[in-house]
Amino acid sequence: MATKILTEHINVPGIETFDVYRKQGGYTAVEKALKTMTPDEIVEEVKKAGVRGRGGAGFPMGMKWSFLAKPEGVPRYLVCNADESEPGTFKDHYLMKNLPHLLIEGMIVSSYALGANKSFIYVRGELMYVIHILEKAIAEATAKGFLGKNILGTGYDLELIVQPGGGAYICGEETALLESLEGKRGNPRNKPPFPAVKGLYQSPTVVNNVESIATTSWIVNNGGDAYAAIGIGRSTGTKLISASGHLKRPGVYEIELGVPVEDFIYADEWCQGIRPGHKFKALVAGGSSVPILPANLALTLENGDKRLMSYESLSEGGFKTGTMLGSGGFIVFDETACIVRNTWNFSRFYHHESCGQCSPCREGTGWMEKVLHRIEYGHGHQQDIDLLVDVARRIEGNTICPLGDAAAWPVASAIRHFRDEFEWHITNPQEATQPGAVYRGEMALV
Amino acid sequence: MEDTKPQLLKVTIDGIEVEVEPGTTILQAARKIGPEVAPPAMCYYQPLKGSGGKCRACLVRVAAGSAKDPRPMPKLVASCLTGVQDGMVVENTTNPQVVDARNGIVEFLLLNHPLDCPVCDQAGECDLQNFAFDHGKVTTRYEEDRRTFEKKDIGPYIQLHMTRCILCYRCVYTADQITEKRVHGVLGRGDAAEIGTYIEKAIDNDFSGNVIDVCPVGALTDKTYRFKNRVWFSKPVDAHRDCPTCSGKVTLWYRGEDVIRVTARKNEWNEVTEFICNTCRFDTKKTSDWIIEGPTKIARSSVISANKYRADAIKPSFGQRLAAAEYKPIHDERDTSQLGIQ
Repeated sequence: MATKILTEHINVPGIETFDVYRKQGGYTAVEKALKTMTPDEIVEEVKKAGVRGRGGAGFPMGMKWSFLAKPEGVPRYLVCNADESEPGTFKDHYLMKNLPHLLIEGMIVSSYALGANKSFIYVRGELMYVIHILEKAIAEATAKGFLGKNILGTGYDLELIVQPGGGAYICGEETALLESLEGKRGNPRNKPPFPAVKGLYQSPTVVNNVESIATTSWIVNNGGDAYAAIGIGRSTGTKLISASGHLKRPGVYEIELGVPVEDFIYADEWCQGIRPGHKFKALVAGGSSVPILPANLALTLENGDKRLMSYESLSEGGFKTGTMLGSGGFIVFDETACIVRNTWNFSRFYHHESCGQCSPCREGTGWMEKVLHRIEYGHGHQQDIDLLVDVARRIEGNTICPLGDAAAWPVASAIRHFRDEFEWHITNPQEATQPGAVYRGEMALV
Repeated sequence: MEDTKPQLLKVTIDGIEVEVEPGTTILQAARKIGPEVAPPAMCYYQPLKGSGGKCRACLVRVAAGSAKDPRPMPKLVASCLTGVQDGMVVENTTNPQVVDARNGIVEFLLLNHPLDCPVCDQAGECDLQNFAFDHGKVTTRYEEDRRTFEKKDIGPYIQLHMTRCILCYRCVYTADQITEKRVHGVLGRGDAAEIGTYIEKAIDNDFSGNVIDVCPVGALTDKTYRFKNRVWFSKPVDAHRDCPTCSGKVTLWYRGEDVIRVTARKNEWNEVTEFICNTCRFDTKKTSDWIIEGPTKIARSSVISANKYRADAIKPSFGQRLAAAEYKPIHDERDTSQLGIQ
C-alpha cells in the first residue's frame, strides 16, 4: 500500500468534525510548530521537503516562501488558492469537502511560518456547500483555541477568512485572485512586482494551492527529509490525481510521485484500466491546459522507457513528445473520443473564461474557438489547420498571464499529434458531422 | 559637496546606445532616442498611472538583461512596464520575432475593429491606424462574424461606439484618476467585454471630455464635433484662457473663421499632459473666449503628420503586396510580338 499523506484518514466516519479529526492525530502539527519551532525552522523544513506547488506551475514552495519580503510594520498575508476550476481537475474540492480541518491546520502552520496574522481561503463561488463546511470547521477550531487570539497560549494570533469567489476561472491565477479578493475586477496584474513583494493590499503575500498548504502539517510532524524521501528525484512527496474520462474507475487518488503512468491507468489500486471493450487513445495528464498526448507517448518516453507520474518525466521531450503534470487533472480518452470535438470544447472554455484584458488572449481565444467549431461542423478549409497553429503560436508567451498559454497549448498539441483527424474532418465533412462519428484511421491505440 | 546625481544607466536599443535615469522603462528609453525605435503603444499612456501592459503592441526582446547578468529574457516583454538595467540590450524592430508578434497583435486588434476609416471620426488621429500601417497586413484571415454593438447614449457630449473599441482601458484610467464619481468601466469578459456605464447613467462631470482625447481609436468621439469636418481640413491653433478649473491651455481647431473643436494639447507621442475641463472643451467655442498663442506645431509621428502617405515614403513592399492582392491576370492568347509592345 502506497504512502498516504493527505488522504490517510479520509474514510474515517465524521473526519470533517474537529473531535474525530483530533482523535486521528489532527492539529498536532499546530502544537508542535507554535510551541517548539520558530517560523524560520518551518520554512527550512518545507524547503528540505522539496514540495512543489500543486496548483499546476510546480514551483518549489519553500523557495516561494523564502522570497517573501519582510518589511517592518507591514502586514503579511497567506492566501489559499481554492479556486480550482480547470476542466478535469477536482482534487482540491474533494480535499476540502472531506478534510476541511486538514486545510485549516495547514493554514495555521503556514501562516505562522510566514508571519501572517490574517489569512484567506479564496474558494470558487460555485462550491458554496464547501464554503459552509469550511466555515463550520473554522468555527470549531476557533472554539477549541486553535484559531483567533493567542492560539494555545503561545501569543500568536490568526484570523482565517473564507472568501467566495465570483466563479471566474481567471481568478485562479494568483494576481487575478488578489485583485478579486481586494474587491476589484479579476484581471491579472503585470509582473513584476510579484505578490511576494507587493501582493494583497500592496503587502507581501504568498499564494498557495489547497493541496500544497495541506501538506505542511505532515512536513512539520515528520520533518522535511521524511517527505523528500517519498517520490522520485525533484518530484518529492505524494500528489492527488483527479482521474476522469473513459476509465473503469475514475476518482481522486493519492499517489507517490514516480508511479508509472501505465500502472496508474491499469493497476487495480487505481484506475483499473480503460472501460471494458475499448482501447486507450489519448491522455491529458495535468488538466485541460496541458498538451494532449497520444497513447503511445503517454505511456513511454521517446527512448522506450516507461513514462512516470512526475514533473520531470511527464515533461520529458518538451512539447514535442511530452506534456506536464500540471494540477493533476488526468483525463483519459478511448477510441470513441473525437479529438477535434474535444479540442473545440476546451477552446470554448478558454474563450469563455478569458478576462479580455490583453489583446492576444481576448481576440485569439475566440478566433480559435470559432475556427474549431467550423471544422467540427464540417465547414473547415484545409488552410484552417495551419491558421490554428499560427494563431496559437502568436498567443503563446505574448499575454499578461498564463491563460493565453493554457488556451494555445491544447490546440497546438492536438494538431501536432492528431493532424490526420483534423484533416479527415475537413476532407470528409459529410461523414464527420454524423452523430457520434469518430475518425478511425491510422493511430496508435493501446 | 558630493554629487548626488543618480548614476545613469546605459541601454542599447536596436544598436543605438542611450543613457537614462534609473526607473526608466524600455519604452521611455526608446522614445528618448526617437520615433524610429520607439515601440508602438495602444494602451500605455504616460500621464495615466497604471496604464500599459494590456495591448501587447510594445513587446520587445531583451537580448541581454544587464551588464551583470547578460542572459536574454525567455519571453518577449512589454516595454512599457519593464524597467531598464545598466547594460541592457533590447531588440525592437531589428528582431524578426518582435516584428512577427506585432503583426499578430495588429491582426488580433483588427479582428473585431472595423476598417471603416473613411467613415470614422477618428480619421488621421488614430493610433491603431498608425500601428496597422507600420505592422499590418493587407488582407485578413478572419472569416467569422465580427463583434458589433448597438450605439449607446452615454450623455450629451460623448459618443460611445463600442464596435470600434479595442479595450485599452485608457478611458477607464482617465475617469478613475482625473474625474469624480466615475460611472463607467469595463463590463463582461473576454471578447464580450465592453465599455459601459452604470445602469442608465451618463458620463457627466467636469473632466469627462478627456476620455475622448485618450481614446486611441474612434470608440469615444466628441458629439459637438463629430462629422463636422476632417482633421486635416482644419487648422490647429494654440490658445489659452483663464480657467478656474483647469490650466486652460488648449488647441483650437479652426474651419475658416469658426472654432469647430477644442482639444487638450498633445505631445509628439499623442499624449495629453495637461487635461482640460468640459467648459473649455465644449462650451467656449468663440475666438473671443481665448487668447491665441499661434499655430500649433504638430510634432507627432503619426501617419499623416509624418507624411507617410507621400509616394516615396510608402514602403515598397506594401504597394507590391497590395497590387498582388488586387491583381487579376487577363488571359490574352493573342500574339503580341508584332504590336511593338515592350
